[in-house]
Amino acid sequence: MSAKAYDVVIIGAGIVGSACAAECAREGLSVAIVEAGIIGGGATAAGMGHLVVMDDSEAQFALTRYSQQLWDEIGDELPREVEHDACGTIWIAVDDEEMAEVARKAKFYSARGVPVEILDAHSVAEAEPNLRPGLVGGLRVPGDSVIYPPCAAQFFVDQAMSKGAALFVSKAVETITSDGVCLRDGSSISAGVIVNATGSWSPVLTPGLEVKKRKGHLVITDRYPNFLRHQLVELGYLKSAHSLTAESVAFNIQPRKTGQLLIGSSRQFDVDETGVEGSIVTRMLSRAIEYLPRLRKLSSLRTWTGFRAATPDKLPLIGPHVEHKRLYLATGHEGLGITTSLGTAKLLVAQIMNQRTAIPVAPYLPARVTQEPVHA
Amino acid sequence: MPDTVTVVVNGVSVTMPAGSMVASAILKTGVYGFRRSVNGEPRGPLCGMGICFECRVTIDGEQHCRSCQTVCRQGMDVRTDG
Amino acid sequence: MAEVCDVLVVGAGPAGMAAAYRAAQNGARVAVVDDNPAAGGQIWRGEQAKPASREAQTWFERIRSVDIQFINGARVFQQPRAGTLLAETPEGVRELSYTSLVLATGARERFLPFPGWTLPNVMGAGGLQALVKTGLEIEGKRVVVAGSGPLLLAVAAYLRGHGAEVLLIAEQASWGRLARFGLGLVLGKEKLAQAWKLRKDFSRKGAKAQRKSVRYLSGCWVIAAHGEEKLESVTLFRGGKQWQVACDYLACGFHLVPNVELAELLGCVVENGCVRVDEFQQTTVPQVYSAGETTGVGGLELSLVEGEIAGFVAAGKHDDARQLFRIREKHRKFAKLLNRTFALREELKQLPAPETIVCRCEDVTFARLRAHNSWRAAKLQTRCGMGPCQGRICGGAVEFLFGWRAESVRPPVLPVRVESLVRGSE
Repeated sequence: MSAKAYDVVIIGAGIVGSACAAECAREGLSVAIVEAGIIGGGATAAGMGHLVVMDDSEAQFALTRYSQQLWDEIGDELPREVEHDACGTIWIAVDDEEMAEVARKAKFYSARGVPVEILDAHSVAEAEPNLRPGLVGGLRVPGDSVIYPPCAAQFFVDQAMSKGAALFVSKAVETITSDGVCLRDGSSISAGVIVNATGSWSPVLTPGLEVKKRKGHLVITDRYPNFLRHQLVELGYLKSAHSLTAESVAFNIQPRKTGQLLIGSSRQFDVDETGVEGSIVTRMLSRAIEYLPRLRKLSSLRTWTGFRAATPDKLPLIGPHVEHKRLYLATGHEGLGITTSLGTAKLLVAQIMNQRTAIPVAPYLPARVTQEPVHA
Repeated sequence: MPDTVTVVVNGVSVTMPAGSMVASAILKTGVYGFRRSVNGEPRGPLCGMGICFECRVTIDGEQHCRSCQTVCRQGMDVRTDG
Repeated sequence: MAEVCDVLVVGAGPAGMAAAYRAAQNGARVAVVDDNPAAGGQIWRGEQAKPASREAQTWFERIRSVDIQFINGARVFQQPRAGTLLAETPEGVRELSYTSLVLATGARERFLPFPGWTLPNVMGAGGLQALVKTGLEIEGKRVVVAGSGPLLLAVAAYLRGHGAEVLLIAEQASWGRLARFGLGLVLGKEKLAQAWKLRKDFSRKGAKAQRKSVRYLSGCWVIAAHGEEKLESVTLFRGGKQWQVACDYLACGFHLVPNVELAELLGCVVENGCVRVDEFQQTTVPQVYSAGETTGVGGLELSLVEGEIAGFVAAGKHDDARQLFRIREKHRKFAKLLNRTFALREELKQLPAPETIVCRCEDVTFARLRAHNSWRAAKLQTRCGMGPCQGRICGGAVEFLFGWRAESVRPPVLPVRVESLVRGSE
């Protein structure tokens, strides 16, 4: 049917796809956004909106740091519903081994210009009075913040559309063709460039992609406005995120502007069904209660699950597909999609327009996975 | 079993027939706004059957208790946030 | 740790009581779990010690005459595995294991938003009645009863009997509808008598004896509630005319919506907001039955007979159950008539103003909601339905206003303490 030509067609209006759309439109490209469900309905809807710097690799740090700076730049523009809150993160240390990790992180971040503060046992208790006694300390990262991602995705879509982007919502893409996409309803959209930003579904449209679903659970409580001031994450979180075992939980809790507490986190490979699993919730909440005993008595309203898009080296795929001339990938963000959506958008559009990227793009290129692994 | 029960609402003692719910005790003290909504509007009981959660108050230190579903017990401490 | 029974009944209203009675009478070990402090559900709330009708008396006597374990003040929130439900109490979590399950979770009022409906002292019709039953003093207070359904008359009569000055009853259904199906038939003998009595009654309570009869206005509804920190007056609409009435309480509800959340959590098929059951009150999940308003709003008599059938079947007495099929059919016809008569008119969709709050938990306005095409999108973008009521209050409204239906249910079915949720997998 109709084949209107766009410069770029972006498949998926999650936070990554919508950020890419906004950036394309800002650069004067004509954009079509095609979303099978609703805007921000995938992992964007399910996850924690934590804007965080991470340091398990230089590449991960570079992308999160770059992205965080981009978030800071647009902070004032974000509508109220995005609930942007600069609450900061505290990484919690329970023993000397974790405290050594705190010191390492502090050194790493300080050397790279990220403000941090080492907290000892006394000051971590002061910073968060509801933490259990006996913790050894922590690392406070004041530059981290928190948002409500679905509204951010909507905001980016609105931005894109205000610059002329076309939105096709509740329209599923059946196949990616040589010059665009074919929709399930039989129509097609042709474009100079196609972007697969469908998160954990990306291997469906681009077979062979090494993106695996990684299930997560979350619980949200009623409103307790002064219970928590920062997002709290246990240092064991990194062990969980790295783990190749089937399932793991790690303490991760976020205060929302609403005063509600978002309690996570869990990771499971090889689980396809979306149902809430009681055993995971039990493990996850028990872990959280170890750090915040007073959580026990709080009222919990809802539980839900979501699927992260995980890659083997824990870095996203941002750049041209190895074979398909016009296809780009913007997927595989695992637990950092919210933060790195903005950096992803910049890197993607720069590549599409053959411009220099603000940070080296090599670690995120899809081409890297077909080569020997590069050790950072 | 005694016919009446006395609870304390916002520091004020109020005596109710045994078996009364906390919500009725609160209303008896002339308080209609039990809590504030997200945008600060006063709210009181709506459904009377434990479903709407508009009647939530703090009872004996525990927040977010549905007062329409909580039976008055002697000496209960009730705080509204209207 | 698990408490074991043959038949577990969720809900101690008339349907639950009837099911428990028949099952226990036939030798089953029966437990009934309910959030309220005593049996009776909404309609017979607080009547265990002093039934207000012959029917209530009969059934309270019956449940006392057999061996039933009543677990009160307990709210069911999760099914950790087949054959077991978890219920939260103030003391902790109780694990209830069963062979057969009867879901008699009843119904709740439907609330439709209109300007001012969030003011304190605007309540449901059943809502205000429940509060009076549990200790609210209503004597001398001016009450407007509004909305739709036979419940309005029952509530008005009850409030009047406790000394309230019921100013009027505003029923949105047209007189044509009410009359066409025979008001007496619709209301049933007992309720017609109540209605008649209202018109001529003199209140004997209190110093302010009322000599006026209570106006029952058909084709009439509240279009706004007014007041500063609480309700002070309402504006009514009827036949093109509007007028304001000063009052202390507005008791307003638009018929009933079945409580199907637990059934959905267990995987029962729900159609048009009602749990689907076969002739033996069996749901689409084996060994799970449902009875009463949960299977479709139909009134007291239907709830009782459905409960009895479910109780018989759960105890293996299918022949006894069959004996009740004809009575059930009769009451089902009445239920259909009831729902047709009190169907909500289209004009009620115009009630909310753009800034009228629809989701009370999250203060989401009508204007914000109607910007979206689907419940999922509206929910995600506005947080409507994500508050503690889990969409139970706004759900009835958005279904009427936009045709949106709630999606799948996840545990906890009602908010529970974090420590209770931890028990979820044991």
